[in-house]
Amino acid sequence: MAASERWVGKSLERFEDAALLTGRARFMDDLEPAAGLCHAAILRSQHGSADIRSIDIAAALALPGVFGVLTPDDVAAMSNPIGNMVSRKLHYYPCAVGRARYFGEPIAVVVAESRYVAEDAVDLIEVVYDPKPAVVTIEDALAPSSTRLHDDFGSNVVHERTFRYGDPEGEFAKAAKVVSCRVDYPRVNSTPIETYGVIADFDAGNGRYTVWSNFQGPYAMHPLVCDALRVRGHQLRLISSPSSGGSFGIKHGVYPYIVLIGLAARKVGRPVKWIEDRIEHLAASSAATGRATHIDGAFDENGRLLALRLKQTENVGAYLRPPDPASLYRMHSTLSGPYRVRHIAVENKVVVTNQVPSGLNRGFGGPQFYYPLERMMDLAAKEIGIDPIELRLRNVVQTFPYETPAGSVLESGDYRRCIELALERAGYKELVAQRESARKEGRMFGIGMALAVETSASNMAYVDLALTQAQRAKQLPKSGAAGRARVIMDPLGAIIVHVDSLPNGQGHRTVVAQIVADEVGVNPEDVEVITDLDTFGGAWSITSGNYSNRFSTVVVSAVAVAARMAARKLRATAAKAFGVEPGMVQLLNGTASAPGAGNESVPIRRLAMQLHWDAGDLPEGVDGSISELAEFSPDTMTVPDEHDRMRSSLTYSFQCDLTGVEVNAETGRVHVHRYVSAHDAGTLLNPAVVEGQLRGGFAHGFGAAMLERVTYAADGTLLSGTFQDYLCPTAPELPDLDIAHYATPSPNTIQGAKGLGDGCSMIAPVTMANAIADATGLRDLTPPFLPGRLWQLLHGGAPDLTLTRPKAVPHDETGRELSGALRGRGAVAIEVAPQRVWDALLDPTQLRAIIPGCENIEQTSPDTFRARIRVSIAGIGALYEVQIRIFDREEPERLKLAARGESKLGFGRGEALVTLEEADLGVTQLTYEYGADVGGRVATFGQRMLDGVVKVVLADFFDRLRAHVRGEKPGGTVLQRVRRFFAVLQAFWGGS
Amino acid sequence: MLEVEAGAKTTLHFTLNGKPVQAEAEARMQLADLLRHVLKQYGTHVGCEHGICGACTVLIDGRAVRSCLIFAAQVEGATVTTVEGLAGDNGELNDLQLAFRKHHALQCGFCTPGILASATQFLSEHANASERDIRDMLSGHICRCTGYTGIVEAISATAQNRKSRDKKQTSTEKDE
Amino acid sequence: MKPAPFKYVRADSVEEALSVLAKFGDDVRVVAGGQSLGAMLNMRIVTPTIVLDINRIIGLSKIESGADIVTGAMVRQADALSNSAIRRHVGLLAQALPHVGHYQTRNRGTLGGSVAHADPSAEIPLVLATLGGEIELRSARRVRRVAAKQFFRSALVTIRGGDELVTALHWPRASSDLDAAFFEFAVREGDFAIVAVACAFERGARRMRLGFGGCGEVPHVVEVSAPSGTNANWVEEIARELSKQLDFRSDLLASANYRRSLATVLARKAMIASIEKARAYA
Repeated sequence: MAASERWVGKSLERFEDAALLTGRARFMDDLEPAAGLCHAAILRSQHGSADIRSIDIAAALALPGVFGVLTPDDVAAMSNPIGNMVSRKLHYYPCAVGRARYFGEPIAVVVAESRYVAEDAVDLIEVVYDPKPAVVTIEDALAPSSTRLHDDFGSNVVHERTFRYGDPEGEFAKAAKVVSCRVDYPRVNSTPIETYGVIADFDAGNGRYTVWSNFQGPYAMHPLVCDALRVRGHQLRLISSPSSGGSFGIKHGVYPYIVLIGLAARKVGRPVKWIEDRIEHLAASSAATGRATHIDGAFDENGRLLALRLKQTENVGAYLRPPDPASLYRMHSTLSGPYRVRHIAVENKVVVTNQVPSGLNRGFGGPQFYYPLERMMDLAAKEIGIDPIELRLRNVVQTFPYETPAGSVLESGDYRRCIELALERAGYKELVAQRESARKEGRMFGIGMALAVETSASNMAYVDLALTQAQRAKQLPKSGAAGRARVIMDPLGAIIVHVDSLPNGQGHRTVVAQIVADEVGVNPEDVEVITDLDTFGGAWSITSGNYSNRFSTVVVSAVAVAARMAARKLRATAAKAFGVEPGMVQLLNGTASAPGAGNESVPIRRLAMQLHWDAGDLPEGVDGSISELAEFSPDTMTVPDEHDRMRSSLTYSFQCDLTGVEVNAETGRVHVHRYVSAHDAGTLLNPAVVEGQLRGGFAHGFGAAMLERVTYAADGTLLSGTFQDYLCPTAPELPDLDIAHYATPSPNTIQGAKGLGDGCSMIAPVTMANAIADATGLRDLTPPFLPGRLWQLLHGGAPDLTLTRPKAVPHDETGRELSGALRGRGAVAIEVAPQRVWDALLDPTQLRAIIPGCENIEQTSPDTFRARIRVSIAGIGALYEVQIRIFDREEPERLKLAARGESKLGFGRGEALVTLEEADLGVTQLTYEYGADVGGRVATFGQRMLDGVVKVVLADFFDRLRAHVRGEKPGGTVLQRVRRFFAVLQAFWGGS
Repeated sequence: MLEVEAGAKTTLHFTLNGKPVQAEAEARMQLADLLRHVLKQYGTHVGCEHGICGACTVLIDGRAVRSCLIFAAQVEGATVTTVEGLAGDNGELNDLQLAFRKHHALQCGFCTPGILASATQFLSEHANASERDIRDMLSGHICRCTGYTGIVEAISATAQNRKSRDKKQTSTEKDE
Repeated sequence: MKPAPFKYVRADSVEEALSVLAKFGDDVRVVAGGQSLGAMLNMRIVTPTIVLDINRIIGLSKIESGADIVTGAMVRQADALSNSAIRRHVGLLAQALPHVGHYQTRNRGTLGGSVAHADPSAEIPLVLATLGGEIELRSARRVRRVAAKQFFRSALVTIRGGDELVTALHWPRASSDLDAAFFEFAVREGDFAIVAVACAFERGARRMRLGFGGCGEVPHVVEVSAPSGTNANWVEEIARELSKQLDFRSDLLASANYRRSLATVLARKAMIASIEKARAYA
């Protein structure tokens, strides 16, 4: 077939679009597949780290419209923990059993007649927490004194392994230059616009669960979920959603919710639907791992990279949740990246922290790896005195196929050519000139580049790299990267194709139709592609799903194999009719003919019909009608050898990104002048689809570079809990992406296509970092490069000021600082003697009148009080249970107090130092300094306001104290209150 | 003055995609949920429930608004258009929808109905929109799949096509 | 995220609304555009007993041109943006409005709602304060007008009483010799301003009013006299001086020092833009 006649390689408009554009596509929340469907809402932990003392569901159960509540006790009784590959002592249930380990962790599931009622009932559940110090950062987790997240396991380091390839020590010893780089890479969430959804139905009669969900695979999780639910494989029917609104890896984390909602359905005896809302998603779905990396590169005097030393500490969140530690090992066999380095030493650690458990995300494991590698290369270029682009050109792999030290085989590529293409497309010389003239004018202009080898169609054996060879020998080996497809031609000659690629928007149905059309000789409109997966159907295996670019590699190869089997049968049937050899038959445009042997032709449709209807007279070698199941499973995807070498993927794409940016010193804003991505993914199956994937990957990568971060306060409260605080890029934020293509087909796939679409998500962050570093001279930078963070770095400050405990004031005279992210001080002049003020502060009867909203206060010991206070600011209010402790008292001059309050809306804790000085006869100058933290739901929503709210609450208290001791009624008229407010506020602003 | 007690249902009458409809709901029900689960028009999607992602955007009296921030009781008497009301009576895609398909302006399609609603209002007000204007308007929508380039091209192309179509019409009228 | 149950009351007139507020005051949340309140209700951050819908009150959507430009509380931000009286006579507001939220939220969001909500980063309260505008508050007992300067007490806190409704905003009609400029800095377009600066420059009197938003808890307005022949140095000096005087909030996106730097940059931009507009008349 002439190239112009082929469908593969054409930008065919997508078949998926008509339904999507008219609102007829069906997503999870559009489904009502079972009669009597009820709705679930989940009670979630407000604390990042707390023991759960008690859960009282009585009031929730009593609410009309509620059918039942699944509690942690139920979950522990009805299920097994979800297994992981490292240790049985790391229990992971889909809800908090006994202890909440991350903000938003599910605790109980309410099932009711509607989501509205279910949420009403959630509000009625009373949970008593016993908060514990949180372990939020990797540093925290490694500290020997930190709280242990998992008592049975005994350490927050849940995995350690080292690796050695070649002779890294020897190479480092003789290196002319050793360059080091430390990176603390943050966590991100690809946040598809459609969130998780699970519908579960339990048939008590045959002990079978039926579940519909937008779980994206891999279906290796199916047996895991079965084990958790204590059923066998045929007792969990898992059905995919007809459409899925994006995933990018994140919807892998649906599987624990399949367990949770399955159990809820079982408990209440009704089918249950749970649709995750955005707040839930940002807190408790999944996120990429965070990683602390210490990378050293050993170079010779010519800038040749001789050896790498990597110390990687992976933050997987509160649990070691499968597939992790996969994100640490997915890139393992390509830890040499695109470079020719032969000697590598690796020390890996995995820690748990009080953060959301990790999972797949766009670029899975790539961003965390390429950032330190490519930063180190830029630093090396500077330290050695070689241009950073030249340094890369000197070190990239040049001959293919190339076997990396850790066993991957980079099957094809031309990395140097791709880099040159990027330089050409970017107008590199002009960028350099632009940089020069900008610098002459004192402006900060920089150029940055990064390279990536994008691994696709992962060999599932890579997860076993976490185990030593001895450990691997003791268990069932895992290996392979397979795709599966079935091609059917029905009695009317229509073609139906089943694939197991589980798309979430990537246009698989269109691309598959193009491939089948080429192979079988029909038009794409004649091909119906079914991507629905049902574990009761036949086309799935544990590799089924959408991940690691398996679609454009193994799945489409399987499609081609199945389609060729179909074509073979058609040719045999036609050949028999024409009286020629099958090899002479051409299939094109819906017709079979033998161009070299006469003018005979027959519609392909008719041949298919014949195979159905005339099965008694089949041609030789044809066993029946067309229903061809093919598995594409390359035999090179084998287990690691005894030296921990393995082929981790089937194909390897290459990408080179280059950008020119200008940084505004006054605002920290980065303006991108040019961003180019030169990209080799082998054969392009549908260029429009390819371009869409690249632009989407760039949006994710640029978002991670500039805007996005899963952020926690020191107490484990999530600060990026809404789309106001977790910042996704919108159209004005994205610079233009110029894409240059270069193709070195893969010999490993049938069409020669490699995977694509994750490259930019892997290296846009470090490309931007390298350019910003070049522009500003900053050495240590981690994303996101929000203007405020960059500005802080440029002006010598800490980029995450409010997350860390500042070393400066306020502090008391012993130098011990008052801890808390919210800090301040104030003063008020009170026209009575200090003793009078002191007495009021410590008398519960007086405090009751003074504290606004105080419904009750009692002294529980000489130094402690307990109170119930309705705190309301701007109408946002809740009833807080408050404990107050007084200490370090020096009557009547000074005291310290610590307070902690808890409500449904959130919790707060704080410390204050109060000093009373007789400023004048009968006048007390009361000064106070405080540190406070506010956490929970109110902190998630109102994070910007907290500073002001705390100030106002305290100001109001001292204002009322003053009024009280002067014998005035606290409160007074609106005008008086306003005046007093103003007076206290002026005290802050120094009389402005 | 209308009063609906907490927990009580109220009956609403409004126009949906050109047809009068009636629906019963608690006052607190979000319009998005009313459209989807009561009236079974599932084309409008819910992505955040705090008015930022834009997936739930519909047209009320011709204006693009977040249906997650409108309560059922507020829709009484209004004219509502959702994605289901954009195509022709025979289901043929309108020019904007065709442009979206042509320019690969959607991938998973979940955010698309909201963007179509915004673009519909926008195009009716801005015949000469620049790329900058279109991107500004799109700042009220989050798409995680496409990177927005195809969306901008589709809206721009639609604007151009409508302009030349209108020009043709005007010149045809002139000739007559 | 579904709201907690509430009683829904839809007022058809101001009197009806006020009678509800008089009776139930602090248990009521008024819904105007709903762009802020809707989200807070969905998240159950607020759980009022009554939600009072004032969207149907016809009288509240008027824009009247008199000695002042008076906008009813329910005037939609999108309508204000395209209104010729506002473009002509309250130019500073017309410049600020494109920065308020997004195209879609401006279709619903109202001028009055933004003022009553009193977010410290909000543009409309900042412009009102800078121009020396007033807020009309009605209750069953009385009507009063409060200067913007007095109205905003703290972040999300105003002096509106529980029984009062913001019914109109009074915008001083710009004299023909007023040049105004508005600049803001936000991370993404439509995001809350980290800092916003509004500048109103009276050419004849050489009096410049500068409003700073997003810096402290409320808009902060200062007046400076601009000598004739103002130049870049003078602008720079004033911008820095003013930034030194202000107190700046600190949060996850911006430290106090960063806000100060932005305030200086934006003040400079706003002042220069106003002065250049003024020069165009010379």
